[in-house]
Amino acid sequence: MTTTSSRAPAAATSAPPSRRRGRGWARRLRQDWWIYLFLLPTIVGYGAYTIYPLLASWWYAFLDWPGFATAGTFIGFENFERLIGDDLFWNAFWNSLVFLVIAVPLRVGLALLLALVLNAKRTPFKGFFRTLFFLPVVTTGAIVGVVFTLLLDASGPVSLSLVWSGLIDSPANFAADAGTSLYAGIAVWVWKWLGITLIYWLAALQTIPQGVHEAAMIDGAGAWAEFRHVTMPLLVPFLVIITLIDTVAAFNVFDLMQTLTGGGPSFSSEVIEIFIFRTAFQANVPQLGYASAAAVLFGVLTVLLALAQAVGMRWARGRMGGS
Amino acid sequence: MTARLLRRPSARQVVTVVVLAVLGGLWVYPFLWLVSASLKSSPEIFGSGLGLLPKEPVWENYTRAWTEVGFGSYFLNTLLITAGTVLLVVVRSALAGYVLGRYDFIGKKFLIGLFLVTFFLPEGYTIIPITQLTDQLRLLNTHAGVILGLGAGGQIASTLLYAGYFRRLPKELEETARLDGAGPITVFFRVMLPLAWPITATVVILTYLFAWNVYLLPLVFTLSEPDLRTLAVGMTVFMGERSTDWAGMAAAAVISLIPVIAVFVALQRKFVDSIAGAVKQ
Repeated sequence: MTTTSSRAPAAATSAPPSRRRGRGWARRLRQDWWIYLFLLPTIVGYGAYTIYPLLASWWYAFLDWPGFATAGTFIGFENFERLIGDDLFWNAFWNSLVFLVIAVPLRVGLALLLALVLNAKRTPFKGFFRTLFFLPVVTTGAIVGVVFTLLLDASGPVSLSLVWSGLIDSPANFAADAGTSLYAGIAVWVWKWLGITLIYWLAALQTIPQGVHEAAMIDGAGAWAEFRHVTMPLLVPFLVIITLIDTVAAFNVFDLMQTLTGGGPSFSSEVIEIFIFRTAFQANVPQLGYASAAAVLFGVLTVLLALAQAVGMRWARGRMGGS
Repeated sequence: MTARLLRRPSARQVVTVVVLAVLGGLWVYPFLWLVSASLKSSPEIFGSGLGLLPKEPVWENYTRAWTEVGFGSYFLNTLLITAGTVLLVVVRSALAGYVLGRYDFIGKKFLIGLFLVTFFLPEGYTIIPITQLTDQLRLLNTHAGVILGLGAGGQIASTLLYAGYFRRLPKELEETARLDGAGPITVFFRVMLPLAWPITATVVILTYLFAWNVYLLPLVFTLSEPDLRTLAVGMTVFMGERSTDWAGMAAAAVISLIPVIAVFVALQRKFVDSIAGAVKQ
């Protein structure tokens, strides 16, 4: 009772000052000095470590810059011209895209399937299984990469059990074969991160009220019909956000890929981040400008691809709606 | 009710459990294999087929990794860097989240817009300017440099989590404290921050995971300073320098993973809720 009665006058007295908003910025700034004090660490830190690097990358992309100790010289679009003719850049670009296009649907789809099973009322040991699948999520990507070089060794357990079960004829190391190294990376990545997407989906499924399920049962809908017509439409907004989160994650695979394959053999699994790292930090003469240009160009190309996809989907939907 | 509980499991349930168990086995086997390998001798790791039990546990692998290879000091570095980053992120995002969640001020919309635009910026693409900045601040090859590199930028999710929580707290809290003559800074540290402990726990967990597991930034920052290596960086150096000491490598991996896995097992519920809560936001 007392709280409700005290809230009314508080609101009444605090309303007028906010209505006088237009009366002088200077006064407001002076009055709110402590707010900016609170924001100071974020403004300084975020400005220096997020905004500045973002803008600086664009400037660096136009420099010939052979190392942090030296000053760069402006060379215009030369870096970009070189990149466009650089087969290794396009190789890394396509590898990153292949990674994205295969790994993200796999991770999102498998996690959804598992989430549906683990969300079902009658599934036993749910918490236990959820913990199992989540375990790799908390581990260090670089260490997982190293450990999987051992697990995937031709005389290691993966190869041995595949031979033993008759799936392959002779021992093989999928991470060291130019034809399969990228896919080995994808498999390990999905294994490592499936658990977190599973948690996203379980959280999404929790938002579907139980009543919806019961109504569908009463209407005599089977499990598939219920999923297709009841659950799925409710999950679409989550599908969009989860796919987005996992897509960004698929551009952050440096730790795993660098330690698992190092981009090899012969660049077969070199993703764009490894290309940037190699050009900037591992070459005899660091090419910081060239590496920055690669980062910028990759960023622009992915934004363009995303836009093209969005436009394409809209067009397709428009056609479907029209016919 | 009891009849339902006592009912024998249906065929479908049995199939579900079997499929889940096989999949779960795939998820847990690498860890079991790793622990087993860390207790074998190097030739035994690849010589004994699929067997997990070592003939005789070789504890010496652990002492070799800890002292000879330097995982003792890598461990300490990682601990320092993680603690520093967690502290920096909590203070920074709690302060910012508080004013963003509860007050109106000039520039607020601009700030939030900036956060949203850069929310999905992948980390690997700004490593060159960050290295250059750290170099100019003369912080390259220091713990502080790595901590700032990890915690000073980004971390928008933490700020937004705090902002969302503080927005929901009732207004009277501050007004009562203000009437008692407390300034905004006292109110924040005495009243608001203690109230936000569930968010602080979430932010600590998420940042701890991030800082313990991060690889690229410490790798680049320590290229010329081996003493500063973290566990993740040390592991890959190990692989490069003693490529046949598989048992030592496995032991080093176990040492590196124990702190995250132990905390996860102890705080499972909170982990899962943190991540589920963060995504719901």
